Amino acid sequence: MTRDLSFNAVMGRKSEIMKKSVGIDYAEFESGSISFDYERMMKETGYSLQEIEEIQKQTTVGNTPLYELRNITALARKYAPEGKGARIFIKDEASNPSGSFKARRAATAVYHAQKLGYKGVIAATSGNYGSAVASQAAMRGLKCIIVQECYDSKGVGQPEIIEKARACEAYGAEVVQLSVGPELFYSFLLLLEETGYFNASLYTPFGIAGVETLGYELSMEFREKEGKDPDVVVVTNAGGGNLTGTARGLIKAGALNSQIIGASVSLAGLHMASDEQFNKKSFTTGHTGFGIPFATWPDRSDVPRSAARPLRYVDRYVTVNQGSVFYMTELLAQVEGLERGPAGNTALAAAFVLAQELDQDQIIVVQETEYTGAGKHILPQLTFAKENGIKILKGDPKDEVPGETIILPENPSKLCVDELDLGKIKKSYIRNCINNTGAQEVNHEDLEFLVADTKSSVEFVKSALEELGVNLKLEEK
Amino acid sequence: MNAKRGDWVRIHKIVLNVGERAPNIPEDTQNVPLELWDKGFLINEEAKLGDIVEVETYIGRRIEGTLIEVNPYWGHDYGKAVPEILYIGRQARQLLEEGEIND
Repeated sequence: MTRDLSFNAVMGRKSEIMKKSVGIDYAEFESGSISFDYERMMKETGYSLQEIEEIQKQTTVGNTPLYELRNITALARKYAPEGKGARIFIKDEASNPSGSFKARRAATAVYHAQKLGYKGVIAATSGNYGSAVASQAAMRGLKCIIVQECYDSKGVGQPEIIEKARACEAYGAEVVQLSVGPELFYSFLLLLEETGYFNASLYTPFGIAGVETLGYELSMEFREKEGKDPDVVVVTNAGGGNLTGTARGLIKAGALNSQIIGASVSLAGLHMASDEQFNKKSFTTGHTGFGIPFATWPDRSDVPRSAARPLRYVDRYVTVNQGSVFYMTELLAQVEGLERGPAGNTALAAAFVLAQELDQDQIIVVQETEYTGAGKHILPQLTFAKENGIKILKGDPKDEVPGETIILPENPSKLCVDELDLGKIKKSYIRNCINNTGAQEVNHEDLEFLVADTKSSVEFVKSALEELGVNLKLEEK
Repeated sequence: MNAKRGDWVRIHKIVLNVGERAPNIPEDTQNVPLELWDKGFLINEEAKLGDIVEVETYIGRRIEGTLIEVNPYWGHDYGKAVPEILYIGRQARQLLEEGEIND
């Protein structure tokens, strides 16, 4: 009997394919209602921090250098109120084997695949995660397929994504490139079914646990160097895994007072699944086009329950414009002597502004950098933008219109962040929980879950549910 | 003949035609097919550009598609001159030399 390979048939076999390719029966953690047991899922299917450290040590992942950005700090202080301007640090994750923090996620996923006896791994990613999985697979002798959304219908590809395809091939992976559209997931499922390989999803418990070492290292390094935990950790946010893993690592280190701030590039107004707008954006990750949808509905990912749940951990969420990130990338090279890729500098652009709110003896740390290379660099990305009709201007970042302009701050005083309303984002998540599960009422367990999953309070969740007209069904105790 | 058995080639195929695409995606995306590109060693004895061929991918999978390129290579680069960014380093160095405004 041959399998039906049509779109609907394959999508219909999604749960079955997932279970086989991830090796996790997510049903075990489900309550049957809105809630699921997140911590038990992380514990039973993931690894302990010590085990992860051991796994990452095997492929020399992690323990990346920490730089103090003295000149950028000095510049920020020029524009800060007197006594303000925290010390800005950066964790040079570009020093990982494949050039980004994604090596941490890939290290555990590929280790796990090998342990379970899979012959190969597949990941659906247009980002640094692809080369990270390919690199780790090369180290462990597994085969690797990376599925990328890369080109528009004219066959024009984002230079940043093309570079990542090249890097994957360099590590011996097969790269399947697709045109724009969320049906990439269909091709991904087909490949999983055909090969029987492991789904090295970004959103499994092992993937997220892989990032915990980053948060843990930050705490340990600052305690050793400065005798305290960092006051603020700024994380570039897209799918939420970087933020979730880092925050969990900090918590495991006991750094309970470090504030976690998420930062994304604002791509407001651009539709991520639009063929025509695909090449109008100048960032392919770290942007609001991923950040907001994944925060308001993490379980949209390629596994039934995402281990990346940023609202559980984030204290503040800000956006920066594209021009400011390119500006900071240039600044990092020019005054700190560190030439790194633009996408990783999203949090740095935010940190420059946030540092000015903090006292001079406080510490703000940007927890990643990424490698740079042909295509993945300020010059080709800006060249590409121009070729797509985007104007590059010098001025006030507030005037930038994604898809039309990129505005470089005319001087450092013009850098700014936009504060996102986390309360609104949390309410939107709660609404999605109700709509996507079809729940008619919310029980005690669900209520507790929603409070934890939004890092809020019983009152907050109750009022959100009230606004949605959802009944609470709480048993009398 | 453009390619012979064993040559490293790039192929292209349509995954979903217009009309087969998922609902709830923007109209401009609905109106174009979902396309796929991959690479491999040619299995056919010989083929010319535009032929439907079979290839063995780098990891050993066999797939079919239209032959579009022989010995494909990446053409991405470091872009062209972007004079718009040249002020950034000079201005910052100047500002750093001037010292603190609050001094």
